Amino acid sequence: MSITMTDAAAARVTAFLQKRGKGVGLRLGTRTSGCSGLSYMIEFVDSPQEGDHVFEDHGIKVFVDPKSFLYLDGTELDYAKEGLSEGFKFHNPNVKNSCGCGESFHV
Amino acid sequence: MALLQIVEPGQTTAPHQHRLAVGIDLGTTNSLVATVRSGVAETLPDATGSHLLPSVVRYFADQAPIVGQEARDHAGEDPLNTIASIKRLMGRGRCDVRRTGNHLPYAFAGCEEGMAILKTAAGEVSPVEVSAEVLKVLKERAESALGGELVGVVITVPAYFDDAQRQATKDAAYLAGLKVLRLLNEPTAAAVAYGLDRGSEGIHAIYDLGGGTFDISILHLHQGVFEVMSTGGDSALGGDDMDHAVAEWILAESGIAPSADQQRVRQVIEMARIAKERLTVDEAVPLRLDLPDGTVWTETLHRSTFDALIDPLIARTLHACQRALRDADVTASEVKNVVLVGGATRVPRVRKKVADLFGHEPISDLDPDRVVALGAAIQANILVGNKPDDEMLLLDVIPLSLGIETMGGLVEKVIPRNTTIPVARSQDFTTFKDGQSAMVIRVLQGERELVRDCRSLARFELRGIPPLVAGAARIRVTFQVDADGLLNVSAQELSTGIRSSVQVKPSYGLTEAEIERMLRDSMDHAREDVDARNLREQQVDADRVLDSLAHALVADAALLSQSERVVIDEAVAELASVRRGTDHRAIHAAREHLERVSQAFAARRMNRSIQQVLTGHRLTEFSEGQ
Repeated sequence: MSITMTDAAAARVTAFLQKRGKGVGLRLGTRTSGCSGLSYMIEFVDSPQEGDHVFEDHGIKVFVDPKSFLYLDGTELDYAKEGLSEGFKFHNPNVKNSCGCGESFHV
Repeated sequence: MALLQIVEPGQTTAPHQHRLAVGIDLGTTNSLVATVRSGVAETLPDATGSHLLPSVVRYFADQAPIVGQEARDHAGEDPLNTIASIKRLMGRGRCDVRRTGNHLPYAFAGCEEGMAILKTAAGEVSPVEVSAEVLKVLKERAESALGGELVGVVITVPAYFDDAQRQATKDAAYLAGLKVLRLLNEPTAAAVAYGLDRGSEGIHAIYDLGGGTFDISILHLHQGVFEVMSTGGDSALGGDDMDHAVAEWILAESGIAPSADQQRVRQVIEMARIAKERLTVDEAVPLRLDLPDGTVWTETLHRSTFDALIDPLIARTLHACQRALRDADVTASEVKNVVLVGGATRVPRVRKKVADLFGHEPISDLDPDRVVALGAAIQANILVGNKPDDEMLLLDVIPLSLGIETMGGLVEKVIPRNTTIPVARSQDFTTFKDGQSAMVIRVLQGERELVRDCRSLARFELRGIPPLVAGAARIRVTFQVDADGLLNVSAQELSTGIRSSVQVKPSYGLTEAEIERMLRDSMDHAREDVDARNLREQQVDADRVLDSLAHALVADAALLSQSERVVIDEAVAELASVRRGTDHRAIHAAREHLERVSQAFAARRMNRSIQQVLTGHRLTEFSEGQ
């Protein structure tokens, strides 16, 4: 399995990385926190960590640490607009339920 | 589910703890809100996709006020209840509005705490409340775009805003339910937006030509620190004046009397504005106007004609630039980057003239309408801690010198203008009279030497000064200006430690135009100010000597022989008579003469008082300490 991203997400990530002017890719991960147990993180990567799973999609390197990968395998990253708000969205097949706001989830 | 943003490595926060922060450009004509998302600063649009929010508020008797484009569109129908350009009234007293020529079409009510109050259908509103309405709309827009409550905002203000205007801006934010992290000078924000803070050491000029105002700021970046070296400008010069210049040309060419009805004049001005914008790209634009007599007037406006029409306006901005350069003590060629801000800088002629003055092309990659808001957003993002490894520190300056009143109505400057803030400066003062037990500290702002020519910001008293001879008490007055440009003044008597202080939330009332006038006056009147100061100083000194001698003569006349007394009395009469004149040198000479002839008398008094103190005591009592 792997981590993928939609065209919309890839276009935004490429643009953000370009404007930022540095960084080798994107880090997706999970943290144990939030109202339902786990929450997502999405960061720029300047230096990869040892043991990272590395995926490449649309020419963008995606780094995921081994522990997070357990919860993220098969995830597709999307970029969406909802009303005035816009941002990234995780389509994660592992999620059983999430909290009302969707910021944290449970597997 | 919630939408996520990419953050800097290691900066992921727990859910519901995103530190949402925005930057707000609270403009005279338009306002904007911007934020940093996924590492990129961007302005936030409203539901219709428009980024600029016209700073216009329309009040109703029976419903909530409307803000923005809709309010502006109906300004003509309901001018008294539709408030535009409120920024010009921020922090100004009603009496100031009167003084500067009341050409604003609003109904003013009585002063409350000195503030200008507008009468509208919804009752009386202050400029602070009107600005708060604009801020509320931006706050709602930001919160729905970011999906959460804002932790804090950075609001930009013109570099020349005084304490009152800054405080009024903060009050407006507070009313709108926003926490102000920092007020940031507009030119500094523009420099930040262009990333000039990153490794572009040197001097930068920010040329900001907006709809109705022109500002020039000279910034100096040194070791990651921004310092505003000088500011200048014209608070009544902008893109609107270009429209008016073109409109006048159209009126003249088409033969319409300038006194034509308002409807027609507005139509011509609108036509002029559209022509100006098209000439940014096109070399010529066709004009077409239906005349009242049924005929149609057509003409082509070439860019060269347009350039000639606006050249006098541009020349005024360049003149202000040169003055700002002089103030900063730098030459045009020393300026490393020139940043263009404000919609009117899109005009090619402006760019060319600015490039000619500074000797190189100005920077204008970012949208000049948005660049200030973008810089504010970047600063807000750093201030809430989303980028803690960032060391950017911004320094701004105070626009006018701050000082206190001393004897004789003179101003002693404690912090000179263009000093970078935050700053704290102390100066020691002393008492003027024997046994003086209290002191009034009057805080002043301005460049002139005499109190009556400066603006009084606040006054407070320091009581409980121990009774000492004149000049013996030491009172330390400390001026502190925080990062937002707000002033705190404290006074402390050093032997007892008693202190008193005041937070200057100044009486509202100084206009931009007045700041300019005060600066100009200080240059125009430099010579006479120095003379006036010398005279006052000599008069104060003369009074001090006459006063203390009069006391001494009453107390210790017995110490003088008849002939000595005559000499002193003559000298006293001489000093008293020249003191009434205006020749400071004569007063100085007469005072020195009096001091000389009374020297022996003073020495005798001193000896006697020491004897009195010592009589009846053993020497050891004194050496054992007090």
